[in-house]
Amino acid sequence: MNDVIIFSFISLSAIGIAAAVILYFIAQKFKVIEDPKIDLVADALPGANCGGCGFPGCRNFAEACVKTGKNQGNIDGLNCPVGGGETMSSVAAILGFEVTEADPLIAVVRCSGTKTNAPKKVNYDGPETCSFAHSLSSGESGCPYGCLGLGDCVKACAFDAIFINDETGLPEVNEKCVACGACVDACPRNIIELRKKGKKDRRIFVSCINKEKGAPAKKNCAVACIGCGKCVKTCPFEAITLENNLAYIDFEKCKLCRKCVEVCPTNAIHELNFPPRKPKPEKAVSENKPEPKTIADKTETEAKVLKINKEGN
Amino acid sequence: MKTFKLGGVHPAENKLSESQPIEILQLPKKVFIPLAQNLGAPSVAVVKRGDEVKVGQLIAKAEAFICSNVHSSVSGKVTKIDNFITQTGYKTSTIHIDVAGDIWDESIDTSPEIKHEIKLSKDEIVQKIKEMGIVGMGGAAFPTHVKLMPPPGKKAEFLIINGVECEPYLTSDHRIMLEKSEELLIGVSVLMKGLDVKKALIGIENNKTDAIRILSELAVQYDGISVYPLKIKYPQGGEKQLIKALVNREVPSGKLPIEVGCVVNNVGTAFAVYEAVQKNKPLIERVVSVTGKTLAKPSNLLVRVGTQISELIDKAGGIPQGTGKVVGGGPMMGKALVSIEAPIVKGSSGILVFDEKEEKRLEPQNCIRCARCITACPMGLEPVLLAQYSENEMFDLAEENSIMDCMECGSCHYTCPANRPLLDYIRVGKNKVGQIIRNRGKA
Amino acid sequence: MNLLTISGSPHVHGDSSVKKIMYGVVIAMIPALIVSIYFFGIGAVKVILISVIACLFFEWAIQKFLIKGKSTIGDGSALITGVLLAFNVPSNLPIGIIIIGAFVSIAIAKMSFGGLGKNPFNPALVGRVFLLVSFPVLMTSWPIPKPLFSSFVTDAITGPTPLGIVKEGLKSGETVSHLMAQLPTYTEGIIGGIGGSLGEVSVIALLIGAIYMLIKKIITWEIPTAFLGSVIIFTGVLYLINPEMYISPIFHLVTGGLALGVFFMATDMVTSPMSSKGMLIFGLGAGVITVIIRVWGAYPEGVSFAILIMNAFVPLINKGFKPKRFGTVN
Repeated sequence: MNDVIIFSFISLSAIGIAAAVILYFIAQKFKVIEDPKIDLVADALPGANCGGCGFPGCRNFAEACVKTGKNQGNIDGLNCPVGGGETMSSVAAILGFEVTEADPLIAVVRCSGTKTNAPKKVNYDGPETCSFAHSLSSGESGCPYGCLGLGDCVKACAFDAIFINDETGLPEVNEKCVACGACVDACPRNIIELRKKGKKDRRIFVSCINKEKGAPAKKNCAVACIGCGKCVKTCPFEAITLENNLAYIDFEKCKLCRKCVEVCPTNAIHELNFPPRKPKPEKAVSENKPEPKTIADKTETEAKVLKINKEGN
Repeated sequence: MKTFKLGGVHPAENKLSESQPIEILQLPKKVFIPLAQNLGAPSVAVVKRGDEVKVGQLIAKAEAFICSNVHSSVSGKVTKIDNFITQTGYKTSTIHIDVAGDIWDESIDTSPEIKHEIKLSKDEIVQKIKEMGIVGMGGAAFPTHVKLMPPPGKKAEFLIINGVECEPYLTSDHRIMLEKSEELLIGVSVLMKGLDVKKALIGIENNKTDAIRILSELAVQYDGISVYPLKIKYPQGGEKQLIKALVNREVPSGKLPIEVGCVVNNVGTAFAVYEAVQKNKPLIERVVSVTGKTLAKPSNLLVRVGTQISELIDKAGGIPQGTGKVVGGGPMMGKALVSIEAPIVKGSSGILVFDEKEEKRLEPQNCIRCARCITACPMGLEPVLLAQYSENEMFDLAEENSIMDCMECGSCHYTCPANRPLLDYIRVGKNKVGQIIRNRGKA
Repeated sequence: MNLLTISGSPHVHGDSSVKKIMYGVVIAMIPALIVSIYFFGIGAVKVILISVIACLFFEWAIQKFLIKGKSTIGDGSALITGVLLAFNVPSNLPIGIIIIGAFVSIAIAKMSFGGLGKNPFNPALVGRVFLLVSFPVLMTSWPIPKPLFSSFVTDAITGPTPLGIVKEGLKSGETVSHLMAQLPTYTEGIIGGIGGSLGEVSVIALLIGAIYMLIKKIITWEIPTAFLGSVIIFTGVLYLINPEMYISPIFHLVTGGLALGVFFMATDMVTSPMSSKGMLIFGLGAGVITVIIRVWGAYPEGVSFAILIMNAFVPLINKGFKPKRFGTVN
C-alpha cells in the first residue's frame, strides 16, 4: 500500500519536474521581447477599450505611447479622452516625459429644435435611425440642419452619456461623457461638437448650425441662428465668427462673459451652469418674449441632470 | 410570353387613370425650376434675377459630363434664384420665374404635323439630344446623351425601349404609347440612328393590350423595330430585368447595360427625343399621372416642368380630406413628398395621393425567416440578411453579400409578412458601404 | 389638411402577413385533426385541447410576465405548436405530461430564444423529443385506432406501431416476409388506421393539408421533395440489396410520422434554410438521417430526431448556400 503511494508520488514529481524543465527552455526559446513599459502604461489606462483615442483598444494605445515616446521623445498628439489629463500625466510619468495637460472636452449638441421651437411639418414613419431619415428628407421640422431626434448618437455612445429627452425630442449629454467623439461621428448632420468642458462646467455655445438665411431658418425654428451678427459685434474677445449666416464661438477664445447670450435676438446662444443673473431693469422687456424662459428651463434641466448624476455616482 | 426569371412580385395594378386621355394643364402663374434635375451633377444657371425668358430658352447649362441643360418651360421674368423645396425632401437651388404670356422661342417648331424624315446625322442627333436637355423620363433622370455615347471599345447591339410601366397606378407611359404612337416610333428610329444599331425592341407588359396592338401595327412601317408583349411582373421595368426578359442576357454585377450590348430608354424619353430632334423642342414639359383612390378625377396631365404639384392635384379634383401621403413617382419606388409645393421636374412620372389609412405602415414583427424576400428579390440577394447587417453595422458582411447590387425596387418590403422595413435598412447599408468603397478608392 | 407622412419606398404592401401564414397552416391541419378524432375518439379531443390551451397559456404568461411585451398569442404560432405537439403524442397520454410537453415546447424551445422567429429548433418537436426521452413507456404505447362510434374503450387496448413491430422483429432475427403478416396493409397506412401518434394516423389527410399549403404558397416544394426523395431512394437501395432484411420504401412512406414531419415540421419556415438550394440540402439530410435511425438506430422512428439534427445545421446551410445572384455565372 505504501509502495503505491510512494511510487505515484515519485513518478508524478518526476513528470512535473521534467515538464517544468521543458517548458522553461521552450519559454526561453520563444520569448517575445516586449518593452515592460507597455504593460505599465496599459495598467495606467482605464481599460475600457472604447477606441476614443483612435486605437482599437487600450493596449494598442499603450504600445503607441511607448513607440512614439521612443521615436519622438514626447507623446504629444496622443490623448486618452476617457482618462483625461490625469491619466496622461501618469502615462508620461511612466515614460519619463512631461505632458501639458489638455483641457477636458465634452460633447455639445448644437440644436435647440425642440418640439415647440421647431414644430412638426410632416410625420416620419420609418426605422428609428437618423442616417435613414437624413437620406429621406430634411426631417419632421423641415430644418435641413436640425436634429432628427432618432438617437444614432445614443446608440453610438458606449458610456451612457447621451440620451434623448422625450419632452424636447433632443439628445442631452450628461457628466459621464468622456469626449470620445463616437456621437460626433454617428450624427449624420454633424450637430454634435466636442467643446471645452469649461470651469465648473460652464459653457457658452451657439446652439444651432443652420446655414440658411435668416428668414427660411426662422421659419422652421424659433430659436435658429439667423446670422444677424449682433454677437460678433458684442464679443470683446473676438471669439465669435460669422460664416454662411451662422455664428460660431471659438471655445479657445471665449472668456465666458455671457454678453453674446444677452444680445442674441433668437436665443440661439446658450449658457450652461451659470448662476442666475442679477435682475436687470430690462427684465420687463424680456418677459414679453417667451423664449428666455425656455432657455432658463433648459439650463435648469441640464443642471438637474448633472446633479442627479453626481448623486448617482 | 417573355419575362425575367429571378424573383419579382405582383402588386395590385390600380391603373385608375388608364383610360383618361392626356390633358394639357393650364399655365401656372409661377414656376420653380430646380437646377439639379438629373442624376449626376447639377447644372449651372445662365440667367440672373430680372432676366426676361422665353419658352425653350436655355436657363441652366450642363458643365459636367453626366449633367443636362435646363430650359425655361414658360415665358416671363426670373424673379430670383434661391433655395426652394423640391421632391428630394430638401431645399435646393431653383430658378423662380413669374409667368407672363406664352411666348415660344422662334427656333421651336410648334406645328402639329408629324415629321417623319430624319435629317440629322448620328453625331448631330447626339449633340441635339444633349443640347435639348433630354434625360431618362422613367424616374431616374439619367442624361440620355450619355447613354448614346458608349465607352470606347463597347458597341451597342440592341436598343431596348421600356414601355413596361410595371409600377402600379402610373399610366403616363401607357397614354404616350396610345396617343403619340407615331411620334414615339420616329423617336425610336432617331435613337437607333444616334446609337447606330439595327434592332430596337419595345417591351410592353400585357396589361396594356391596346398599346401593344397599336404599336405592333405601326411598327411594321419602321425598319428594325419590333414590339414584344411581356408577362406582368414587377420590377420588369428595371433595366437589367428588361434586358433579361427581352434578349435573355444578364448584365454583370456592378456593370452597365452596354456591357451586354444593350441601351435601355423609356417610351417617354423616345417621345422627348422625337420632339427634340425633329421639332427642335427642348424638354420643358412632360406627361404626369396624377392618381390615387381618393382623388376625384385621376388624370394624365401634360405639365410644364417647374409647375407646383399642388396645381396638378387641384386639376385632378383637389387634395382629398384625410390625405396621409403624397408620393412623387410610383408606389413601389417613388419618394414620399415633404410638401406639395414642390415643383414637377423632368423625371416626375406620377403624383400619387394616398389616404391616411392606405399609407399607414403596419407594425413590424419578428422575422419568421420565411425567405419570401429572398424569393422576391430580382437581383438574387438576401434582403433579410442585408437589412440585419446594416441594422447591426456589419458593413463588411453587407458588402460581401452584394448589397450594392440592390436596385431598391422594394419587392422585399412589399412581400414581407412581418412588415419589416427591409429596404429602409438596406438603404442605410448601401449609403455606408458606398462611402466605405469611395474612401477605399481615395486611400 | 393633416400632416403628410414621409417614409421610404415602397408605399404599398402585399397582403401577406404572419397571421395569414400561421392560420393557413392551422387550416391545413384540419383534415388530419378530423381523422385523428375519428380514430382515437374522445382521447384525441382531450389531448389536442389540453396541448393547445397549455401552449397558448405559456406563450401568454411568458410574454406578459417575463418579456413584458405585447401579447403574441394572436399570431397563431403557439396554436400551431399546440396542435403539432398533440399530433406527435399518443391519445392516451396523461394530462400532466402533455402540459410538461407544452411547457418545454413554448418556454424552452421558443420563448427562451426570444419568441417567434428566433428559435433554432422546431418547438413542437423539441417538446415531443423531450417527452419521448423522459417518458419512453408512456410515449410508445399507443391505443389501437378504432373508428369512432365502433368502440369508446380505445384507451384500454394498446399496441406497438408498425415501425416498432418491424424493428423488434428484425432484431430478434425474423425476416420481413414473415413480419408482413403482422403489419397493416399499405392502404390502411394511406387512408388511416395505423397505430401511432394522433397526427400520424392518416397519410391522405396530411397530404390534403400539404397540397393546400403548397397552393397557398405557405410551403415550397423543395423540402418535401428532397426529404421524401431521399427516403425513397435510400430505403429503395437497401430493399434492392436484401428485401428480407430491409422493408420496402412504400412501407417507410406510409408509416410513422414521415408525412407529418415532412409536410408540417420540416417545412417550418423559422427552422429551415432560406435559399432554394439550402432547402434541398436540408430535406436530403433529414431524409438520410431518418432512414439511418429507422433502420439501424435504437428508436423505431427517426423523423423527429432527423429534423432536429438538420435544424441545427440550418445556420451553416444558410451560410454555405446562397441564392444565385443576378449577373453572376454559377
